[in-house]
Amino acid sequence: MSADVMTRPRTRAVPAGTRRRKRRDPGRVLRLYVPLGMYLVFTLVPFYWMLVFALRPAGSTDPVPWPITFEHFETVWNDIGYAVFFRNSVIVGVWSLLFTTVIAVMGGYALSRYRFRGRGLFMVVLLCTQFIPGAMMLIPLFSIFKTLGLINNLASLVVADTVFNLPLSIILMSGFISAVPFTVEEAAMVDGCTRFRGFLAIVLPQLRPGLIAVGSFAFIHTWNNFLFALMFVSKQDSFTIPVGLSYTIGEYSADFGALAAGGVVAALPVVCVFAVVQRYLVHGISAGAVKG
Amino acid sequence: MTTMRRRAVPYLLISPTVALIAAFLVYPIASVAYYSLQHRNLTRPWADGFAGLDNFRQMLFEDEVFWHSLGFTAKWVVVEIGLQLILGLALALIVNESFIGRGLARSLVFSPWAVSGVLTTGIWILLYTPSTGVLRFLGQPEAAVLGNPDTVFPAVVVTELWRGVPFFAILLLAGLQGIPGELYEAAAVDGAGRIRRFLHVTLPHLRDAIVLATLLRGVWEFNNVDLLYTLTGGGPAQVTTTLPLYVAQRAVDSKDFGYGSALTMAGFVILLFCSILYLRLSRFGEER
Repeated sequence: MSADVMTRPRTRAVPAGTRRRKRRDPGRVLRLYVPLGMYLVFTLVPFYWMLVFALRPAGSTDPVPWPITFEHFETVWNDIGYAVFFRNSVIVGVWSLLFTTVIAVMGGYALSRYRFRGRGLFMVVLLCTQFIPGAMMLIPLFSIFKTLGLINNLASLVVADTVFNLPLSIILMSGFISAVPFTVEEAAMVDGCTRFRGFLAIVLPQLRPGLIAVGSFAFIHTWNNFLFALMFVSKQDSFTIPVGLSYTIGEYSADFGALAAGGVVAALPVVCVFAVVQRYLVHGISAGAVKG
Repeated sequence: MTTMRRRAVPYLLISPTVALIAAFLVYPIASVAYYSLQHRNLTRPWADGFAGLDNFRQMLFEDEVFWHSLGFTAKWVVVEIGLQLILGLALALIVNESFIGRGLARSLVFSPWAVSGVLTTGIWILLYTPSTGVLRFLGQPEAAVLGNPDTVFPAVVVTELWRGVPFFAILLLAGLQGIPGELYEAAAVDGAGRIRRFLHVTLPHLRDAIVLATLLRGVWEFNNVDLLYTLTGGGPAQVTTTLPLYVAQRAVDSKDFGYGSALTMAGFVILLFCSILYLRLSRFGEER
């Protein structure tokens, strides 16, 4: 699906000797596979190390986790309370995903299909929000949520994460919507569809990659957000995964098995989501953000 | 549909966004400005009240941590962004080539981007821990790298690179995919070698993407608190405290909202100034 410009046939224009793409080129191994291999080691060894700690019995120092044990997972899931943290993170992640995606489709549609007064200002505001540090919003947001009675309530995290997800999501989404030709929509309206029904029937099905990219983006960000959860939630039964993990780092720093198992629980959903949607994300950024 | 109603459609569509941004971003910024002029500490409510410029006076003239955190923030952002740019560009160029298993390779090398700062801390604590970590295979058996002021900086830099390079590479890969292949053909016909094609075709076309990526990531690294908060807590002896981390400590740990807000205002001003300066100097978006 990724349109790779480097692979387009260019036999006509390029003399055979300078053609870049040749099967058995020793330089290619040095240029491509050696650095890629080295980078893969740097990326994967930390993940592997976490798995080793999570799967081998306490006290073992083997670099290979054998025999495999799930005792650490039982500890974190049942005793430390990751079952609850996991549920909370899923709740916050899914609600934030839904709100972000729906509002981003609305805003993205407005940006992509309408030329209205204030459109430029709206764009500038969206871009400017990228400069607002989450850490520096902790104090005022805490006061707001306290006034609203949402401290220790997962709703505060849904709201705060949605707000911080929205600007980039709208910009991405408007890129995806612009890629769907308007003429198809027009044709539907000529055939008597309302604009809304035309959107549902024509645009939405073609928007699937955009929905996947924006939705997963929102979910991953929300799943990973630490500071808001740390600040707005102080009761253990409302902890999310990152907060639970941070306490595991602090309190159980001697119990590396539990820390690693907690890490696996934290990593599994987002890394799986990311592996599936990675290509949509690259595509979305090249369609939206870079073009501006 | 009347014209009036049709005109209202885009405004209706953006109204939820506008409302959310106004309530949870614009209003908070205004209230930070207000708090910064107040004494306000949740643990000492009896001492709350108007402070004038007292918080700023304390910050500028009495607070050594503030000045030290500014220096460390600058060092942190510059080193991280420089290394992430070099490694991210190399990585993007590699995974932009076509080879068997490219999709899998992309998913694997990009995957740390999806990992949170806290989880990154958890993973790298396992790697850095003296007795059981991986450093013992590199001949550093008993070194507690995170507790030593001399080694803590390279240790946190490498940790953040692990998580930061992938998104840089994703942004630059998106930019690479926008370069028309014909340009490489033309350059090849003119006899340009690999290096000259990179210097004269790839880099000029990536310029805006690079400026945007470095700016976005620079702001992000400036603001990024999760990793340092959990990995070093700003230590040892505050040597790894960035300004936002200091704000978070004042807000979360000390509940000193007045002084924290004054620090926040300082952070805003510095960030805004640096961003504008950077965009000016890099002549972003100008036709060349």
